[in-house]
Amino acid sequence: MSVRRLAEAQPESFSPNRETTAFAKAAVKKYPTGKQASAVIPLLWRVQEQNAGWVSEPAIRWTAEFLDMPYIRVYEIATFYTMFNLQPVGTFHVQLCGTTPCMLRGSEDLKTVCRKVIGDQMKVTSDGKLSWVEVECLGACTNAPMVQINKDYYEDLTPEILERILSDLREGKEVKPGPQNSRHRSEPLGGALTLLGDVSAKRAKPKAAAKAKAAPKAKSATPSKAKATPAPAKSASPAKPKKPRGVKAPKQPDDLKLISGVGPKLEGTLNELGIYKYAQIAKWSKGEIDWVDDYLSFKGRIERDDWIKQAGALAKGVDEYVRVFGKKPK
Amino acid sequence: MLQDKDRIFTNLYGFKSPGLRAAKMRGAWDNTKQLIELGRDGIIDQVKASGLRGRGGAGFPTGLKWSFMPKESDGRPHYLIVNADESEPGTCKDREIMRHDPHLLVEGCLIAGFAMGANTGYIYIRGEFIREREALQAAVDEAYEAKLIGKNNKNGWDFDLYVHHGAGAYICGEETALLESLEGKKGQPRLKPPFPANVGLYGAPSTVNNVESIAVVPTILRRGADWFAGLGRPNNTGTKLFCISGHVETPCNVEEEMGIPFRELIEKHAGGVRGGWDNLKAVIPGGSSVPCLPATMCKDLPMDFDTLRDLKSGLGTAAVIVMDQSTDMIRAIARLAYFYKHESCGQCTPCREGTGWMWRVLERMAVGQAEKREIDMLLDVSYQIEGHTICALGDAAAWPVQGLIRHFRHEIEERIDQYSANPNPDGSMALQAAE
Amino acid sequence: MSDMRTVKIDGVELEVPAHYTILQACEEAGAEVPRFCYHERLSIAGNCRMCLVEVKGGPPKPQASCALGVGDLRPGPEGQPPEIFTKTPMVKKAREGVMEFLLINHPLDCPICDQGGECDLQDQAMAYGIDKNRFAENKRAVEDKYIGPLVKTIMTRCIHCTRCVRFSTEVGGVEDLGLAGRGEDAEITTYLENAMTSELQGNVIDLCPVGALTSRPYAFQARPWELRKTESIDVMDALGSAIRVDARDREVMRIMPRLNEEVNEEWISDKTRFIWDGLRTQRLDRPYVRKNGKLEPATWDEAFAAIAEKIKATTPDRIGAIAGDLCAAEELYAFKDLMSALGVTNVDCRQDGTPLGEKGNRAGYLFNPGIAGINEADAILIVGSNPRLEAPVLNARIRQHWRNNAVQIGLIGEVADLTYDYEHLGAGPESLTELVEGKSKFHALLAKAERPLILIGQGAIARGDGLSVLGHLAKLAADVGATGGDSGWNGFAVLHTAAARVAGLDLCVLPGGEDALGTRGMLSAAGKGELDVVYLLGADELRMKSLGEAFVIYQGSHGDAGAHRADVILPGAAYTEKSGTYVNTEGRAQMTTRAVFPPGDAREDWTILRALSDALGHTLSYNSVDQLRAAMYEAAPHLAAIDQREAGAAGDLEELANAAGRMNSSAFSSTISDFYLTNPIARASAVMAECSALRRGRKLDAAE
Repeated sequence: MSVRRLAEAQPESFSPNRETTAFAKAAVKKYPTGKQASAVIPLLWRVQEQNAGWVSEPAIRWTAEFLDMPYIRVYEIATFYTMFNLQPVGTFHVQLCGTTPCMLRGSEDLKTVCRKVIGDQMKVTSDGKLSWVEVECLGACTNAPMVQINKDYYEDLTPEILERILSDLREGKEVKPGPQNSRHRSEPLGGALTLLGDVSAKRAKPKAAAKAKAAPKAKSATPSKAKATPAPAKSASPAKPKKPRGVKAPKQPDDLKLISGVGPKLEGTLNELGIYKYAQIAKWSKGEIDWVDDYLSFKGRIERDDWIKQAGALAKGVDEYVRVFGKKPK
Repeated sequence: MLQDKDRIFTNLYGFKSPGLRAAKMRGAWDNTKQLIELGRDGIIDQVKASGLRGRGGAGFPTGLKWSFMPKESDGRPHYLIVNADESEPGTCKDREIMRHDPHLLVEGCLIAGFAMGANTGYIYIRGEFIREREALQAAVDEAYEAKLIGKNNKNGWDFDLYVHHGAGAYICGEETALLESLEGKKGQPRLKPPFPANVGLYGAPSTVNNVESIAVVPTILRRGADWFAGLGRPNNTGTKLFCISGHVETPCNVEEEMGIPFRELIEKHAGGVRGGWDNLKAVIPGGSSVPCLPATMCKDLPMDFDTLRDLKSGLGTAAVIVMDQSTDMIRAIARLAYFYKHESCGQCTPCREGTGWMWRVLERMAVGQAEKREIDMLLDVSYQIEGHTICALGDAAAWPVQGLIRHFRHEIEERIDQYSANPNPDGSMALQAAE
Repeated sequence: MSDMRTVKIDGVELEVPAHYTILQACEEAGAEVPRFCYHERLSIAGNCRMCLVEVKGGPPKPQASCALGVGDLRPGPEGQPPEIFTKTPMVKKAREGVMEFLLINHPLDCPICDQGGECDLQDQAMAYGIDKNRFAENKRAVEDKYIGPLVKTIMTRCIHCTRCVRFSTEVGGVEDLGLAGRGEDAEITTYLENAMTSELQGNVIDLCPVGALTSRPYAFQARPWELRKTESIDVMDALGSAIRVDARDREVMRIMPRLNEEVNEEWISDKTRFIWDGLRTQRLDRPYVRKNGKLEPATWDEAFAAIAEKIKATTPDRIGAIAGDLCAAEELYAFKDLMSALGVTNVDCRQDGTPLGEKGNRAGYLFNPGIAGINEADAILIVGSNPRLEAPVLNARIRQHWRNNAVQIGLIGEVADLTYDYEHLGAGPESLTELVEGKSKFHALLAKAERPLILIGQGAIARGDGLSVLGHLAKLAADVGATGGDSGWNGFAVLHTAAARVAGLDLCVLPGGEDALGTRGMLSAAGKGELDVVYLLGADELRMKSLGEAFVIYQGSHGDAGAHRADVILPGAAYTEKSGTYVNTEGRAQMTTRAVFPPGDAREDWTILRALSDALGHTLSYNSVDQLRAAMYEAAPHLAAIDQREAGAAGDLEELANAAGRMNSSAFSSTISDFYLTNPIARASAVMAECSALRRGRKLDAAE
């Protein structure tokens, strides 16, 4: 970290709003009498929230006075803990995890996105909406790479998704926090492999065929795209899995990414299978669905996300999609 | 492979509600009063018998730790402090407990609090986990409302539980730094002795435990120490949450039996190494602080404390960071060195000065702009940090570097050779210098 | 009681108390242990890691000896004493490593560093440094911080030992300094780079083991090895702190503290430390005589002749003599002697007008429990004093006692930040009366205490009803058992502010007889034209206007209030320029040593009085300082016992208690309004003026 100093331009004063005052009074009650200094971090945190995401000098003084601490002690705290922003930040402050586990999964590319969309670290965009900073491990390593924007984590990112999230936030659109691919939380992509008894009530069980051998390996020059698919869980299924028929790449392929649950990587995989058009997917049989599901180790996600219905609607146009699903495709 | 019936964290993935009703259906808060009635010694004996070792990284036996607390209070209160400052790179297990199965933790706090004579507990959660904090607070509130904790609760042990949080400092995961931070100071580790069990929070006897260590206790007591001790192998018993990140097909968290072979772990649960087993280059088996192991050592590697320690690595937090052949090892470790430089509290000399030094040298080595003798110098610097600092952050910063040099020295040397042969492949360096 | 442990250090077995740290044990064994952060009087930080030693049987890594207690060591398997090594290869390697880490980011600017020659880092690098640099990266540069006019910072040199932070927090009691940021970017600073506000801040200069905090006024003035070092005693307050005066040629270059456990430990106040520029300016370096309303330079003979003329023209009862706050016992004795010879009885050494010394004996005006006795007190009542301004070092001791032992403290007087918590019992005599009558809870607390201490400031007694107030306090002391107990404890503690005062009282430089005038009387008499001549021996704290038309003789070192009013000026020596006896507030006789000669024609004060006596025809009987002292010791034998504390007897306060009478209702206020400007030397100091202006500015800020 670099030297942390208070911002040059400071507001005249800080006055706590009612929420902050109530918060502060409640916070000190958590600790024994005379130990109110314990509440300094929660208070600074609350103060930062009130103050548009950063801690101002008058706010430090207010906190110190409220807790009966010398200013220098609160100043020490504010400069020691890196979550206290000592400079103004954007409405959406992006904390991008750059530590090794995220780095291994592409956080460098996310940084490029931030630099492109936002600019230098800790510089607020001219519209005041965005700022970003590289931080150390945020503790969501199995969903790497990821960022934290204000209070929420956005996980399993790709540069494209991050860029979209940033532009959506900028435009005031709602963005769903959490994993940005089909994962629910930190289970393996494609569905949980353990704790299945628990989830059965809520989730369609994967219907992949019992005897399906390991799915054919996709041929690819880069090792990262190679698949070592684990044997799917046993399950009796009436439909025989069957590889859907592919076509040659048409001149105008559909944007399969509009199907909720399909990202750019998946689109590539589908293309490799010769799937380019919504209409192709819309026509998949049960057996074909199972085969693809198995091939992608999806554990039933195609059905859960109802690709068939989505693709059917999309094949007829975006308007049809809106009519069926009540919203625009993503 | 561990069966679902032996899994403690049955809502690890959050497919079900974290709420009290759902948690009870999953078995939490079942007969807690009876567990309390085992008595302080009874509980501690059970925890000892289960062989539970601390899940926060160091693997210190939990029951033994609890037994250090004074049997009788000398007038000072006792405190239970739960370390939920999960910040070790690669680790993201406690997060899942707090947001998906918080009642296991709350119940564990009550029992652990009772076992050490503490009527007050604080859970110190890292500042970034805001949603997790909200989920945890909701669970605590629910438990208060249902009179499961608090004064005059149904379980017969007065216990107040508070959720406290930090604000971005890895060092606060060190137990005495955590105490300092909880007292409203900078998170700078204390000198030991005295140990927290004698002089801890506010100068009172305190015990600091990891979230997972506390959260598994109710289940251990309910199912019996034998059940837990029967999993894994002696001295490395029970189940463990593994966080598998990095270059695997499907990174995930999973609860597995202690000692599961590495290959089985990642192939069963995480889709195997990206590009196949042969594409594996190295593994950091226990969070960023432990030295990495090269692929050759990993095949039948049982993932437990003792085995990994014998290999000069460690199980740590069981955060498995997998790196395939495409990984630039020097850069990967340099990034960790940066992490430690960033997180050093600045209190004691070797860590404050040494972490920055190591990082800078590694950054040069990553481009090859170094001399080969500097590899030994770097190693020496790491040894001058290790063991000379107040807390273990110095060690944690030194070990990854030592692991790198131990197993990948050739890579550094090659990089240096490459650079010396052609330091300026695209002409950009000259421009930089001219600017 | 004494829990002793046997330890073996480098093969030598010895017994040390169990509470010792290993570092202390090593020192006891004669094994040298280097350190930067450790300091006997500060809390243990253990952060520099220089003091690593090897402990046998412990973990296989070196241990910080400053932080590990001997009591925490485990004996060997067969009960052998724990073994510690300070010279093994492991220790050597570890220390070299730490030294290297300290040096990689430390600038190599020793040639321009004021710490050069007395730098711990320099010295220890000689022993533990390696001769080559393996650090190929850029060195860290840290921005300097403004932390006040006294302490200069060169922050790049900082090694983060945090001694200064711990000092200001623990001893100074003003939490100014902190270590902001973290990791390698951590830096020492005050909040927003405000000036420090402690009166003891200069001590951080001594504490800083490197050149990060140095003396701003002394910057680039001298090198330590060219300074002549003279051990002496401070006179800025009545503590008599032990100091070392460092001089080059004829000039005092700086003042440093010396160790005196009984008095100042190793701290001195900023006034003591930074006064030295005042010793060079505003000096009276030749006699002056007022001619036609203007002071004109004169010879000694002319000056003496002018005095003789005036004195001969009047009668002794129309002459007054007042001695000031910085006078040594020698000149006080000669002064009194001369006045007696002239038949003058209007003599006083109490220019603040207290009634001290009038009733009761010595115990009535001393800080009887002793300064170190503060550490034994189990309840403290402060009356009419602000010890933080009147005696900062003593105040630090109260604070230290409060911190360590949570002693209960009550205050009657002005509310002020004393750096510790106290119960404010009221502002003036009414509250005192309540307390004396047992109506206040604090009375019970004092009565319950085994060793209650009643600290009496000059502010409580430098007033018309002072004697009555003093009487009430003596009564209170007797009532609550502060005096007269079996333990011999005497908690009646008068805190003086003037270095000269106790010796003056000991030598009875007081009005001689019923009709004789004290300071107050002299001033009013002079105003009314009833005094023809007033002799001021270094007395500057008077309202000079009150002296009316009187002929004023001023003898002293600085051109201050007295000299401006004077008709004749006799240039004297300052405390660094003479060997003089001072008795501090607790009754300890100590002696200053001459570090430099007085400037110009100025002379040691007793010699001036001796010469003047000749000119007046009443030659004093001593020709040398030894003869003078011999005579003085006869009058006050305890002055001969240099460095010894001669306390008063506890039972001697009864007479004083009987003096308790009516008190007026005005509140007590400290006699010191501006800490930095309490005497002529301080008022001549530009550094003190800057400090004073800064503090007044801050006060104005606060009032807004």
